[in-house]
Amino acid sequence: MLVLVVADLRYNSLDYARGALDTLLTPIYWVADLPTQFGQWQETKLQSRDDLLQETERLRRENLVMQGRSLQMASLQADNTRLRALLNSTALLRDDVLVAELIGVSPDPVRHQVVLDKGESDAVYLGQPLIDADGLVGQVVEVGELTSRVLLITDSTHSLPVQVNRNGVRAIAEGVGSLQRLEIRHVAATTDIQVGDLLESSGLGGRFPTGYPVATVVAVERDPGQPFARILAKPTAAIDRSRHVLLVFRADSPGVN
Amino acid sequence: MEEGANAYWVILLSILVALILAVTPMPAWSVWGRPEWVALVVIYWTIALPHRVGIFTALLIGIAMDVLEGAVLGQNAFALVVVSLLAMVLYQRLRVFSLWQQSMVVFVLVGINQLICQWVQNLEGAGAQSLFFLLPACSSALLWPVVLHSLRGLRRFYRVT
Repeated sequence: MLVLVVADLRYNSLDYARGALDTLLTPIYWVADLPTQFGQWQETKLQSRDDLLQETERLRRENLVMQGRSLQMASLQADNTRLRALLNSTALLRDDVLVAELIGVSPDPVRHQVVLDKGESDAVYLGQPLIDADGLVGQVVEVGELTSRVLLITDSTHSLPVQVNRNGVRAIAEGVGSLQRLEIRHVAATTDIQVGDLLESSGLGGRFPTGYPVATVVAVERDPGQPFARILAKPTAAIDRSRHVLLVFRADSPGVN
Repeated sequence: MEEGANAYWVILLSILVALILAVTPMPAWSVWGRPEWVALVVIYWTIALPHRVGIFTALLIGIAMDVLEGAVLGQNAFALVVVSLLAMVLYQRLRVFSLWQQSMVVFVLVGINQLICQWVQNLEGAGAQSLFFLLPACSSALLWPVVLHSLRGLRRFYRVT
């Protein structure tokens, strides 16, 4: 038994067995998710006419605003590419995304993991980043045939490279095991990071794409007795609320030909 | 009486239901207190039919549980094997205990289960920060009478031996 524990912790030799077992046990997650599915079905089928009309109206307005905003998008993007070319830096590529639905949450409160309804058959790959409408959510750590398991950025074993949106200061954001908190460790007390700063992924680890919002700084403590400042941030993504999330495919990722 | 195939499917079904309950989403305030359904079911069958359900069954269920939870392979397997081993040692005494005495034993057994899981998680560097991880022992002990009576009813009705 302990051999099994060590083998799984230290080596990756059990990954295949894990993937196979995962596929085998997928129905259990489906069944456990049925009540939620039923609730959603009820919500969509049994909505009153008034509610639907209001919703349509709201969405129409929202759509108008979005369209207005995206009018200039094309020209701005062209501008951006040209300027980047002038600066001799690589062009930003648009990422493709795949909508996935959350079908399970790890029952263990210490482990911030969720299960998605997309797996190897949808070309999901190990280490693939996951975002929602507001920011980075996590990365894929296990791929089954029809499902995959995602480690959230707030898990206490997860950390990711970020940079401050305002001035480009680089740092590492670590999960601390709370859904509302990330901690930025080992930042010198004199570093220019303020409350309200937006942290975005820096892409330095090679795992996450550059420029997705990760968290907002909510507290900065500078204790003269400590070598480092203590900085807390709140994830921008609705980590414990979003049911629909986006898997990001990058042009150089193994999932895309 | 004509005894056809033994109703093993009752055991399988109860284990399956326990696995489903173990991953069913719970409201945020109660995630720490989720009863250890799988451990309860394993304890019941080990006490009731020690010649059918034992360490090997516990090992298989534990590995399934590990995969479901995304835990290190062997974490729940190890914990459940220890729990079913203890239940096997104690089953003759447990059968004559009164209900609340059994509940106390279940409290200790599930507590041991939680403690072992905690140790393995600490190996991995993902242990809990507080003693909340012991709450399932309380909720499981409180639920033991329900589990006992429903599973015993099923066992007697379908004559699982």
